[in-house]
Amino acid sequence: MPSFLIVSSLLFCLGMYTVLTRRNAIGILMGIELVLNAAGLNFVAFSRFLEPSRTQNLLSGQIFTLFVIAIAAAEVAVALAIVLSLYSRMKTIDVEDFKELRG
Amino acid sequence: MKAIIFNVFVLLTVIPCFWVALSSNIVHAAFSLLVTLFGVAGLYVLLGADFIAVVQVIVYIGGILVLIIFGVMMTQRGKLLPLSIQLPGKFIGALLTGIILTALIVAVTKSLWPVASFLKEPQPTSAAIGNLLLGKYLIPFEVASILLLAALVGAVLIVRRSVRGE
Repeated sequence: MPSFLIVSSLLFCLGMYTVLTRRNAIGILMGIELVLNAAGLNFVAFSRFLEPSRTQNLLSGQIFTLFVIAIAAAEVAVALAIVLSLYSRMKTIDVEDFKELRG
Repeated sequence: MKAIIFNVFVLLTVIPCFWVALSSNIVHAAFSLLVTLFGVAGLYVLLGADFIAVVQVIVYIGGILVLIIFGVMMTQRGKLLPLSIQLPGKFIGALLTGIILTALIVAVTKSLWPVASFLKEPQPTSAAIGNLLLGKYLIPFEVASILLLAALVGAVLIVRRSVRGE
């Protein structure tokens, strides 16, 4: 099991690095996708290896991964709508230019 | 044999992932993300989660990635902007990421996981997942469907308003 967890740690950290260093809003979205994938991989690995029951097939971890995927789909749709609307307003998707949002 | 397949999928997952994080071309990053998502689907298969693997391919690659590539195409007119931040910020980001990565790997390898004493052979999961979704997890399932509907309507509303506002 640790090998799967190490892979998902790598995915998480690369996703986080992407989110931290990208200036392109869509690049940041890709980083978020990587982080969510890492979480889903962790859930499925736990559900495979840490299953307490021997008789029946408990699949709670896989259900959680399904919900993570559904939420990722919703998130990406809304985020792309916001990005496109910002693009049509400001003609850029460089997050360093979105200074109007600063308090 | 299983170890070889596992390693192939791990490489397929991790190497394009570096490209997603470091590439200076957003289109290359998007297509590397495609390979990464395929690799994760393969890892799901190795974990005995056949239904999740297929959902991963359909939703992520068929849906989310196509959306992202559309987003790239619609926002890349004109000059190409620098894709990442400049050096001091980049260095701080790499430092933070490295610290968290080492912490995670130490935590994963040092902790004693209560691993099941024997592993069942992977079985088909679709029927069991269906039963759980319409039984124990009915309310989260319905909430997720309402969330998807709200996201759909919200996305259309946001884009329409900005188009009409011009």
